[in-house]
Amino acid sequence: MGERLLEVKNLRTSFFTVAGEVKAVNGISYYLDKQEIIAIVGESGCGKSVSQKSMVQLIQMPPGKILGGEVLFEGKNLLDYAPTSKEIQSVRGAGISFIFQEPMTALNPVYTVGNQLVEVIRNHKKCSKAEAWKIGVQALRDVAIPDPEKRMRNYPFELSGGMRQRILIAICVACNSKVIIADEPTTALDVTIQAQVMELLQQIVERKKTSLVIVTHNLGLVTRYAQRIYVMYAGRIIESGTTEELITKPRHPYTKGLLNSVPKLDQTGSEKLIPIDGTPPSLVNLPDQCAFLPRCPYACDKCRNSMFPELRSVEGENHFVACHRDIVEDRT
Amino acid sequence: MKATVANDTILKVENLEMLFPLTKGLLSRQYASVRAVDNISFEVTKGKTFGLVGESGCGKTTTGKCILRILEPTAGRVLYNGVDITKMPRKELKQYRRELQMIFQDPYGSLDPRQSASSMLKEALTIGQTKKLTGEINDRIEELLVLVGLNTEMKVRYPHELSGGQRQRLGIARALACDPKLIVCDEPVSALDVSIQAQIINLFERLQEELELTYVFVAHDLAVVRHIAERIGVMYLGHLVEVLDSSDLFQNSMHPYTKALLSAVPTIDYYAEKSRNRILLEGEVPSPINAPSGCPFHPRCKYATEQCKKQRPELTDRGGEHMVACHNV
Amino acid sequence: MSEHLGKDITMEEWVKLESKRRRKDAAKQFFRIFFGRGWLSKCCLVVLVVFILAAVFCPLLTVYSPYEQSLIDALQGPSREHLLGTDNLGRDLLTRTMYGARISLCTGLLSSLIAMVIGVTLGLIAGYFGKFVSGVIMRVVDAQLSIPPLILTMCLAAIFGGSILSISIIIGISSVPMYVRMVYGQVLSLRENDYVAAADLIGQNKLKIMFKHLLPNCFATIIVLFTGNVGISIMIEAGLAYLGIGITAPTPAWGTMVSEGYNYFMFKPALALVPGIALMLLIISLNIVGDGLRDALDPRLRGKL
Repeated sequence: MGERLLEVKNLRTSFFTVAGEVKAVNGISYYLDKQEIIAIVGESGCGKSVSQKSMVQLIQMPPGKILGGEVLFEGKNLLDYAPTSKEIQSVRGAGISFIFQEPMTALNPVYTVGNQLVEVIRNHKKCSKAEAWKIGVQALRDVAIPDPEKRMRNYPFELSGGMRQRILIAICVACNSKVIIADEPTTALDVTIQAQVMELLQQIVERKKTSLVIVTHNLGLVTRYAQRIYVMYAGRIIESGTTEELITKPRHPYTKGLLNSVPKLDQTGSEKLIPIDGTPPSLVNLPDQCAFLPRCPYACDKCRNSMFPELRSVEGENHFVACHRDIVEDRT
Repeated sequence: MKATVANDTILKVENLEMLFPLTKGLLSRQYASVRAVDNISFEVTKGKTFGLVGESGCGKTTTGKCILRILEPTAGRVLYNGVDITKMPRKELKQYRRELQMIFQDPYGSLDPRQSASSMLKEALTIGQTKKLTGEINDRIEELLVLVGLNTEMKVRYPHELSGGQRQRLGIARALACDPKLIVCDEPVSALDVSIQAQIINLFERLQEELELTYVFVAHDLAVVRHIAERIGVMYLGHLVEVLDSSDLFQNSMHPYTKALLSAVPTIDYYAEKSRNRILLEGEVPSPINAPSGCPFHPRCKYATEQCKKQRPELTDRGGEHMVACHNV
Repeated sequence: MSEHLGKDITMEEWVKLESKRRRKDAAKQFFRIFFGRGWLSKCCLVVLVVFILAAVFCPLLTVYSPYEQSLIDALQGPSREHLLGTDNLGRDLLTRTMYGARISLCTGLLSSLIAMVIGVTLGLIAGYFGKFVSGVIMRVVDAQLSIPPLILTMCLAAIFGGSILSISIIIGISSVPMYVRMVYGQVLSLRENDYVAAADLIGQNKLKIMFKHLLPNCFATIIVLFTGNVGISIMIEAGLAYLGIGITAPTPAWGTMVSEGYNYFMFKPALALVPGIALMLLIISLNIVGDGLRDALDPRLRGKL
């Protein structure tokens, strides 16, 4: 199997606030191979964004603190280094880069696009301004931005949301990132632009041999583009597997609930949606039992009396579920 | 003057137009206008839901606001139960005011941060109404809260003490406090989490059944609109390009834009997804200030001809009340 | 049902209990932030309280009158009868300083209140009604701003004389533009909120929308302005008194005292220094306590009550 490109083991991050300890990331493990697209799925407040930022120590400490675990990037544990160290600085951008949700605020409004591209490129590569400029133009061309030379001189406010998102992708491409982490990359964009941006990301993965982590709550998006999925709930991974397995044969009641609560475009009947009862839990003072217990339609005494279930393997390729019960549902 | 409409048509929009003037200079000289809504016509049946779908900038929210006269349309007519309410003076409009309500997109901006839930509902219940006893009002407030699925203890809470889903329910309660007949829902679930979205969508459907409400449901999420609406209007750059029954949407849509839109929405049917034909649209939605001539979609359309560039296609019935505005279909 | 569980109570009783509990919580939060800002703000609060007490109770605290002259006792140093000494006309310096506090605080508060009431109303109207109305109001405000404030106040003081009331009104008028502009800006952005459109839809009339929905959401801005404005008004009043405009001798305004005491700086610097330092202490403590007040109210106002 060889060394994985990125492997996270038992990562734990908490925020210490006036209200108590918020266990945003409560022991998650996942991996990423070269040229792979994986998805981390969950609703707001489940800790998915925090988990990604923790990998390169981008969270505010205090009040946050990475309590433990390992983040093995190309064999080295990133958590061994201080956030301000050279090793981490060089990983951010060139090793692991981010695309955030709000393209409106991700770019500095007072500098031109070219300026920002050049700055990032020169941060990671020793070259002159002119060389960095050329690399920037090429990166813009790689993301199919028409008229790249002209765009370099534009300010962010002169460009649309879709265009700005492409520029953020161009920044990742220009740094030759090995891993791109896209945190809700298309939520703020129109549907047709969403499709363009996702297709572009897919092409980048193929052409530049990068790996992609899509962090989202949009299940349709991950069905179409991701190869493997991790479902997060209340700071833990509760199900993982290949897309085909998870979407057609979900095992965890939460995953099933999510899939049942999404309206289906391709059906003509008027079946009722089956929402999940209740609301996502607060991450402060989480109980020791399964966090989904209050909302689970399959809850039984065993669930009530046991600790949080660990991830265990179930039949199917690479399929793991954290559930005391064994509910099989076939959605093919 | 009453126009002749079918008995069960509660709302008829005729040639609605909304122009925003762009001014320049000290004396506010108008040099161009934004055609936010350009000659839109559709009908809404009582007790049913009409979905208005499209991307940002297509004018669907503006249409919703024009129907309720939050914005004053620059041309066209809006007929509510046969009565033309477009140019009606404010005093006359008062009697219809409470029957036409709106539910807003942003659960954070649609509630006054300084009003508690009960104070807000009390205001909605008592404006312009005959004086009621405090006991009656309190009872009605609790009824409303239960109707939208909120705990009666929430009446003392302020908006910042409620979650997004709870705020949206409160906004719905406020609209219901006025005993409305028609509600324009402006992207009411877009800002909510997936599991909460489903709860609110179900709430909408339940209320429609129980209270015989009519909805004009404005959204950009095709799947949600397909689910809740019986009839769908697809908008692009201020124009209605297709109007069809929601059951026809996935299989029988005709307009190239509708097809591209459908193709861009990923579904959770794994095997169907893998075998789907993807239509990728080039370019961006043009700015409504520089709307293209002729058919607004022609710069991005694979099938565009010379006629498409010059002549704007009309919405015509292609059979079974399926209306399409395209020269090539 | 929180803490009131276990008892059989009706909904109305629960609502009352719950509201009381919330008010207590809010008050506790307020005082926690207000007093928790370090030793400097606590000192300033003490200083401010001292000034306020002096201003309110000065007739009881001193046997002397600020006007009674006694040339025999002129220019004496600190003694048991006169704790800070006397001025050039034999009047007790401490007494005059305390009465001066009264004048400063009165004019400061009164002028700020006048400015606030007029300015906020105009700002609300201009912001909500827009177009022609706002055009007229804002241009009038601009016109007033184009006149240097000192000249404006001097002219008005010359016309309307120098009692505390007229000086307060004059300083208040010169502070109005600040309120109008701030509130106008706030209302312009608040107006776009959906809840204003919703209020219109449920049939609320424009006046009620202005005062029930827009005004309360401006409170944060207004209080910030008010606390700063009190200090500024006191400074303007002292400055005018120093120039001999408005409140004149023998009224014991600090500004007048500084200006007169300046003549005797060589013999008895305290005549000018004492009122000057009092002025400085009052304004500094007002500003710092104002900061604390803003902080304590701000998280509450931002969405809470």
